[in-house]
Amino acid sequence: MQLNRDDLKEAYRRMCLIRDFEDKVHDEFAAGNIPGFVHLYAGEEASAVGVCMHLEDRDAIASTHRGHGHCIAKGCDAEGMMSEIYGKKDGLCGGKGGSMHIADLSKGMLGANGIVGGGPPLICGAALTAKTLKTGGVAIAFLGDGASNQGTTLESYNLAKIWNLPAIFVVEDNRYAESTASAWSVAGTQTKRAEGFGMPGTEVDGHDFFAVWEVAREAIERARNGEGPSLIHVKLNRYYGHFEGDAITYKGDGEVDKVKAEQDCLKLFKQRVVETSLLEPDELNEIETSVKSYIDQCAATATNGSSPTEADLMTDVYLSY
Amino acid sequence: MSVKSYRQALNEAIRQEMERDERVIVMGEDIAGGMGAPGEDDAWGGVLGVTKGLMPQFGRERVLDTPISESAFIGCAAGAAATGLRPVAELMFVDFMGVCFDQIFNQAAKFRYMFGGKAVTPLVIRTMYGAGFRAASQHSQCLYPLFTHIPGLKVALPSNAYEAKGLMTQAIRDDDPVVIFEHKAMYDEEMEVPDEAYGIPFGEANVTREGDDVTMVAFGRMVNLANEVADSLKGSGISCTVVDPRTTSPLDEETILETVSETGRLVVIDEAHPRCNMATDVSALVSQEIFSDLKAPVKMVTAPHCPVPFSPALEDVYIPSTAKIEAAVREVVGKGH
Amino acid sequence: MSGQIDPIVMPKWGLAMEEGMLVEWQIEEGTQIEKGQEIADIETTKITNIFESPTSGQIRRIVTSDGETVPVGFLLAVCAGDDVSDADIDSYVEDFKANFVLEETAAGGAAPESVEIAPGQSIRYLTMGNGDTPIVFVHGFGGGFDNWMLNQEALSEDHKTYAIDLPGHGGSTKQVGEGDLAAMTGTLHDFMSIMKIERAHLVGHSMGGGIALNFAFDHPGQVASLSLIAPVGFGTEINMDYIDGFISQTRAKKLRAVLELLVNDPAAISTDMVEDIIKYKRLDGVGVALGQLRDKIMPEGRQASQLKDRLDDLVAPVQVIWGRNDQIIPSSHAEGLSGRINVQVYDDTGHMPHLERASEVNTLIGDLAASV
Repeated sequence: MQLNRDDLKEAYRRMCLIRDFEDKVHDEFAAGNIPGFVHLYAGEEASAVGVCMHLEDRDAIASTHRGHGHCIAKGCDAEGMMSEIYGKKDGLCGGKGGSMHIADLSKGMLGANGIVGGGPPLICGAALTAKTLKTGGVAIAFLGDGASNQGTTLESYNLAKIWNLPAIFVVEDNRYAESTASAWSVAGTQTKRAEGFGMPGTEVDGHDFFAVWEVAREAIERARNGEGPSLIHVKLNRYYGHFEGDAITYKGDGEVDKVKAEQDCLKLFKQRVVETSLLEPDELNEIETSVKSYIDQCAATATNGSSPTEADLMTDVYLSY
Repeated sequence: MSVKSYRQALNEAIRQEMERDERVIVMGEDIAGGMGAPGEDDAWGGVLGVTKGLMPQFGRERVLDTPISESAFIGCAAGAAATGLRPVAELMFVDFMGVCFDQIFNQAAKFRYMFGGKAVTPLVIRTMYGAGFRAASQHSQCLYPLFTHIPGLKVALPSNAYEAKGLMTQAIRDDDPVVIFEHKAMYDEEMEVPDEAYGIPFGEANVTREGDDVTMVAFGRMVNLANEVADSLKGSGISCTVVDPRTTSPLDEETILETVSETGRLVVIDEAHPRCNMATDVSALVSQEIFSDLKAPVKMVTAPHCPVPFSPALEDVYIPSTAKIEAAVREVVGKGH
Repeated sequence: MSGQIDPIVMPKWGLAMEEGMLVEWQIEEGTQIEKGQEIADIETTKITNIFESPTSGQIRRIVTSDGETVPVGFLLAVCAGDDVSDADIDSYVEDFKANFVLEETAAGGAAPESVEIAPGQSIRYLTMGNGDTPIVFVHGFGGGFDNWMLNQEALSEDHKTYAIDLPGHGGSTKQVGEGDLAAMTGTLHDFMSIMKIERAHLVGHSMGGGIALNFAFDHPGQVASLSLIAPVGFGTEINMDYIDGFISQTRAKKLRAVLELLVNDPAAISTDMVEDIIKYKRLDGVGVALGQLRDKIMPEGRQASQLKDRLDDLVAPVQVIWGRNDQIIPSSHAEGLSGRINVQVYDDTGHMPHLERASEVNTLIGDLAASV
C-alpha cells in the first residue's frame, strides 16, 4: 500500500487543520472566549494523522484529554468541534462534553477522555465488537506516556493479547505527563512492556509522518488479519503547555523552540514531498490557505452560535427513564 | 410456568435473550470456568453457577471468560456496548467495584450525556451483593446507593425469582447501562416463573402487600423480610403495605408517595449502611413531598455504620432482621392515632 | 338407624385454589337451606364470591366460623335432619377432622395441557370430566381458561369439558394471525379438529361469545348448543376505556380500577387476579396480540362484526346471558331477539355472569345441553 498524491494532500490538509485549529483555540482561550480548560495537540499532528490515514468509519479510536487532533484526524467535523469547545448548542456534543469529551460515534471516534487511561479498556471493547460481529474493523487507543503507567492500560494489553483482539495501543510520548518527565515516571521501556505481553512493540519518531504511517500500516494490517494487538511508541513533543495557562516552567530553556525549528512535523512533511517532487509547493500553499480560512470560519460560527438553554440540562442522560 | 430458583430464572433470562439477539454476549471471571485448564469445561458457570450451561450452548465467542482484571473487562464491556454489542458483564461481587468503578461511572454512565445524546450503551453489569454468607467486609456489601447516585446508570434489585427473570430481561433489552444487583442469599429461593420471556418495566414499584396502617418500603432481599413481617402482623391487627421499588434508579416516587399518603406512616428497610442510602433517600422524599400526611415520624431499619463483620455472632446482628423491622413497625403504628 | 348427614365443604374454585377464607355466614345453626341458596361469602386469593349451598337440609353445625381460613375440601358445616342426634354429629365432625387429608392439587386435580395446531403454535387447554358431547368454553378479550373456574368443574360432573386459552392469551401462542373473529374462529376449529371434537356445546363469553357464534355459522353441524354470555356481535357499542385501559395499564392500582368495570361488586376483583393479569401482559408478544385483536375486532371504538341478525339461521338451540349492569357491552344488546332464543338478564350483575352468578349460569348451560 502506497500513498498517492491525493492521500498526501489529504494527510497534509488534516495536519494543517489540526495545527491551525489548535493555534486558534490557543488564541481564543487567551482572549477569554473559551470556557473551562483545554489541552492542545499542536506539534503532535503526524501521530494522529499517520495512524488515522489508514482508518475507515468502521474502525474505532479512543482518545485522551488532548483529543482535538485525534478527532480531526478521524474525520470529526471541525466546525462542530469548535462550537463544542465554545460550549455551544450546535457543538458536536451539544455543548455538554466540551474539549475533553468530544466524540462522534458515527465516525468511530469514541471520545476524548478526561480520565487518563480511560480509553484502552474501551478500545478492547470496540475491538471485541469488530471481532464478534466480524466487521473487519480495528480499534486503536491513543494514550499518553502518563496513561502508560495506569493499571487500565496494562490490563488492556493483557486482555487484548489473550483474546487476540484487533487492537492497537498508540503511546504518544510527548515526554511530559503534566509536568512530570516520562524519562522519570516510566520504568523500563514501552516496547519492552509490549514484548512482556507477547505483542509486537515498535518505537517511532513522531515528528515523521511517513515513519508513523508505515509502522501503523503494519500494526493495522496484523490486526485486520487476526494476528492480534500491537503497541506503537510514538516519540514526539507538544508545543503548548499541559493545559492552556500552563507556564511550562518544568521544561528546559529553548526546548520547544528547538523542536519547532528542527523537528516540526509539518515542515518535515512539506520538505519531504517537495524534495521528492511528490507534490508542488503551490499545492501545499493552497491547502494552507484554505485551511486557514476554514478555521477562521469555524471560530466565527462558534462565536456566533447560541448556547444551550436550561431545557437542555436534563436531556440525553438516558434514552428512556 | 414452572418452579424456578432465582439462579435459574436469571440464567433463563440471559439464555432467552442470547437466543433472541446474537449481539448479546456475556463475560466475566469464571463465567464458564475452566478456560485453558486441563479439566472440565464450563466448570463453574460463574462463581455461584448462574451462567452455567451458556457456554456449551453459545460457545466461547459469546461466553467469554476473563482474567481477574475488572478494569479491563468492565471497560471492555462498556466499549463493546458503545460500538454495537449488548454485553452482560459480571462483576462478581459488587465489593470489587473499587478496582473498576471509573469504567462504570465515568465512562459508560456518561457517554450519552457527554457525547450530546449520540451514544447508546446497552451494557448490563450483573453483580452479587448482600450479607449473610460469613464472607466478611469485602464480599458482603450492599453498594447500590453508590450506583444509584450516578446519573446515566439504572439500578435494579430483583427481590425474587419472578422479578429476577423479568428485570434481567428488561435490563438486557434496555439501551442504557443497567446494574443488576443479585442477592447471593436468594439464589436458591424458588417460585413459579413463566417459561416465556417477559420484561418488567423499570421505575414501576411492586406493591406486594396492601394495608392501612403503615407502609414499608424495602429493597432487594429486604422485601421478603418486610412481607413476612406484614403477614405476621396481620394477626395483631396491624395492616401493612409493602412496596418493592424494584429499581432504585429510576425510582417510582409516585407509588411510594401514594402508599405512604394512604397509611400516613413509613418504615424504610435497607440492607445498606445508613448514611446516604436508599432509606435516607426515601425518607427525604417523603418528608419533602408529603410531610403533612405523616401521622408518625419516619423510621429507618438499616445495617449499622460499620463494615460487614465476619463472625456469625456479629453478622447476625448486623443484618436487618424481621424482629427489628417488626419493632419499627410497632413503634410507628403506636404513634399518631 | 340414624338419618343422613350431608357435609358442606370448602369448594375448589379454579386450579390454583388451595384454601379459602369463610368471610361471613349468611345462615346460622338451625336454618333450613335449599340447594343453590346463598349461604356464605368465601374469599380466595383469586376471587371473592358468594357460596351457594350444594345441598338442601337443616344446618345443624357450623364447623368453620367467620374469618377462618381452611383448605379446600375441609368441613364448613353439617346438614342433617332432626332424626340425627347431636352426639352423632359430634362424632361425624370428629371423624371428618381426624381423617381429613389435604388434596394434592398437582396429582389430584386436572392440569392444563398444550396441543400444537401449527408449527410452533400451540393452544393450552384444561380438560375435565367425561361424556359424549363435550362442552367447550371460549373466554373473552384478555381472559384465559381459568375464567371458567366456577363453571368448568361443576359442569364436568355430567360432561367432558374443555376450556381453552385463545391465541394471544394465557399459555397459548401469542400469534393471532389476522387478529379478527374469523382468525379466532379458525383456531377454535383447528383445536376441535386436532382434539377430535366433532360436535360440542359451545359456551362463549364476550369476544369468545362472538367466536362461538361465528363458529356456529361456519360449522353448524358441529354445534350442539350455544350459550353466549355478554357476547360481542349484538351491537356496535363497547367500552373502549376498559379495552384500552386493560392494554395500557401496567400498575396494579390503575389496572384494578379498569378490571373493576367487569363486575357489579368491585370487591370480587382480588389482588392476585390483578397481579396475574399484569404478569400475563408482560409476556413477550401479548401487547402486540391484544393490540391486533382490538384493532380488528373493535376498530375505532366500535364492534366490527354484527352477527345478531343471522341468529335465526341457526338450528342449534341458543341462549343469551347478560348482566343488567354490564359496563363493557350494554345488556340492551340482548333486547329484541327472536322468541326461540332464551334470554336471561341478571340484575345486580356485571360483565361476568359466569363468575358473578356461577351456579345459576351453570344450571342454564347444563339445562340447555341436556335439552339437545
